[in-house]
Amino acid sequence: MKLHLKNGRVIDPLTGTDEILDLQIVNGIIEKVGKSLSSDKTFQNVDLRDKIIAPGFIDMHVHLREPGFEHKETIESGVLSAREGGFTAVCCMPNTEPTIDDESVVRYVIEKGKSVWNGIVDVYPIAAATKGRKGEELAPIAELVSAGAVALSDDGSPISSAGMMRRVLEYSSMYGIPVIQHAEEPTLSYGGSMNEGYVSTRLGMPGIPSIAEEMMVARDLLLLRYLEKAKYHVAHISTKGTVEIVRHAKREGLTVTCEVTPHHFTLTDDVVSSFDTNTKMNPPLRRTDDVVAMKEGLRDGTIDVIATDHAPHTVDEKEVEYTQAPFGIVGLETAVGLSITGLVDEGYLSISQLIEKFSANPRRILSLPTIKIAAGERANLTLLDPTFEWTVDVNSFSSKSKNSPFGGKRLRGKAIGVINNGVVHFL
Amino acid sequence: MKLQSRHLLGLDGMPKDDIQLILDTAVSFKEVLERPIKKVPPLQGKTIVNLFFEASTRTRISFELAERRLSADVVNFTTSGSSVSKGETLKDTARNIEAMKIDMVVLRHSAPGASHFLSRVVDANVINAGDGGHEHPTQALLDMFTLWEKFGTLKGLHVCIVGDISHSRVALSNIFGLLTMGARVSVCGPATLMPRDIEKLGVDVYHRLEDVVPSVDALNVLRIQLERQKSGLFPSLREYQRYFGVTKEKIAKASKPITIMHPGPINRDVELSADLADGEHSVILQQVTNGVAIRMAVLYLLGTMN
Repeated sequence: MKLHLKNGRVIDPLTGTDEILDLQIVNGIIEKVGKSLSSDKTFQNVDLRDKIIAPGFIDMHVHLREPGFEHKETIESGVLSAREGGFTAVCCMPNTEPTIDDESVVRYVIEKGKSVWNGIVDVYPIAAATKGRKGEELAPIAELVSAGAVALSDDGSPISSAGMMRRVLEYSSMYGIPVIQHAEEPTLSYGGSMNEGYVSTRLGMPGIPSIAEEMMVARDLLLLRYLEKAKYHVAHISTKGTVEIVRHAKREGLTVTCEVTPHHFTLTDDVVSSFDTNTKMNPPLRRTDDVVAMKEGLRDGTIDVIATDHAPHTVDEKEVEYTQAPFGIVGLETAVGLSITGLVDEGYLSISQLIEKFSANPRRILSLPTIKIAAGERANLTLLDPTFEWTVDVNSFSSKSKNSPFGGKRLRGKAIGVINNGVVHFL
Repeated sequence: MKLQSRHLLGLDGMPKDDIQLILDTAVSFKEVLERPIKKVPPLQGKTIVNLFFEASTRTRISFELAERRLSADVVNFTTSGSSVSKGETLKDTARNIEAMKIDMVVLRHSAPGASHFLSRVVDANVINAGDGGHEHPTQALLDMFTLWEKFGTLKGLHVCIVGDISHSRVALSNIFGLLTMGARVSVCGPATLMPRDIEKLGVDVYHRLEDVVPSVDALNVLRIQLERQKSGLFPSLREYQRYFGVTKEKIAKASKPITIMHPGPINRDVELSADLADGEHSVILQQVTNGVAIRMAVLYLLGTMN
């Protein structure tokens, strides 16, 4: 397969490239990069005028549901959803059945990922930090890492015991692997369905206070300061207070990183007034000043990564009373559009900074191979149309599940193609 | 005159004119209740199901009486989560019942927003008879009717709701309705039973009855649930009674007689002393009578809309 990408704006934050260039890709390798390259008829030409060629995007926080919950999503449908959203890699969380707390499950997920859609999306499993994600005993971390796990997390549940968290951080530090915390102090959040505040009071709904998140992050950062060596990453941060705590810790030089989801920088808890269960996720949607803090945190670098927390649930599971509905929404196919619309168009991030949050930063945190857009490198690319306007239609999602609050929303910016492992797909 | 919505889901956002229309309509139904023959025909041929997922004897009886006095056909479905425990969802239960061609659903459910959810999945008119800690609009309407009857207006009245505000649909619906009608609303109870940002709804917050009684016209006293003690929200019923229970001593500093209300059932001498509950300023039994009239008004207005 020979591909000639013409006149694309190549943005590679790692090499500092931002110019209009041609790329020639042969059998998955970038052969030439240059201005107005000439090619023979054996090349398929693609005109990318006004489009962007970026290093392949990775979503470091998705739930692929397999094994165990294949009615919600499978590795195959999740990979397809990632491809449609413009991602060439995903990291899947271990809250499956069985849990990814055994090397055989790690291997299963990796193999399955390689086998679907010609391996266009790399699937990197995140393994449980504790056995069964119960927070009681260490998972076999060395085995999990050698089988290919790229991070550790009990996501869905916090590692709530401080003593256990200390052991997880210590043990994982031997392998340089990050511990991803779902930060939530359970005695404060117990029974809650939405952000605690004016809206939950008005709706008579049990609340999840912002301090449940902030307190857990603060505690973990004290552990991190004490232990020094570990790598700590906060999943889906949602409150202004958490941004401030992480900002402070980074200034102090702690090895902390964090991510935010598109819904947390787009929506506030006001939308819960509809009692639409597609507004129910954990952490919950917060207030306007929290949303602004997410954008400011992305702007000043406190927040390193945009990740979706893609959490598929079927219509039947979601179409129940609000307090009984499961937490979570799908996000892979709306992430790029929401991010360009909410961050780039609003002036919080340049397109180049946005690309870093979707590519170089998560790869650095997870110690994955870096992607360079240069001759001789493997082509791992996401192609973007930053001004394309479209309307979200949940029924057109490739994900098995349609649980998104963004149906009908107008967005600007979309992925138009992905290239990885020798596979090319145009959207 | 017509209501703006074909459902009664709550008083949050309900226009003043709609509330007034319900109160005005209830006046004529209250008059019907005084007649020797208490039945009128407007809902003849309509079928109403009382769908109660939480035990509630008095609300259900009040609705059923109202429905029968309007000549509707009535079906009762009372369960404490039995359909759900068999794996059937609320949506399925409601759709099954609707397949039996019913016109209106009166829903009591433990989940906030349950009636909003139901109104989206069935065609029948939905009346919220209590959804978790969210709203109980007919209770608040009957409370307002009782005050309106007694004082002639709601505008400028000062009503204090006493007790567990955090878990009370009665409190929320009263706050929304009374504020819309121009009353002043205060809440009084332990800090652990006050929901966050409650003052942003436009109410004043008190923790000592003695501080609010000098300016208050009526106290609406909520039932305290023993299980709140077990979840660590207050120390004991004895302490609750001593510091938050409404007694003659605590309201002695009032400048005028204070009207005593309670949505029932009363824990006598816990949240409310027996002498006040049975005293000359208690309107607790009028509330019960007015409950039937208000529910007749709501059923009539919604049931004759189309």
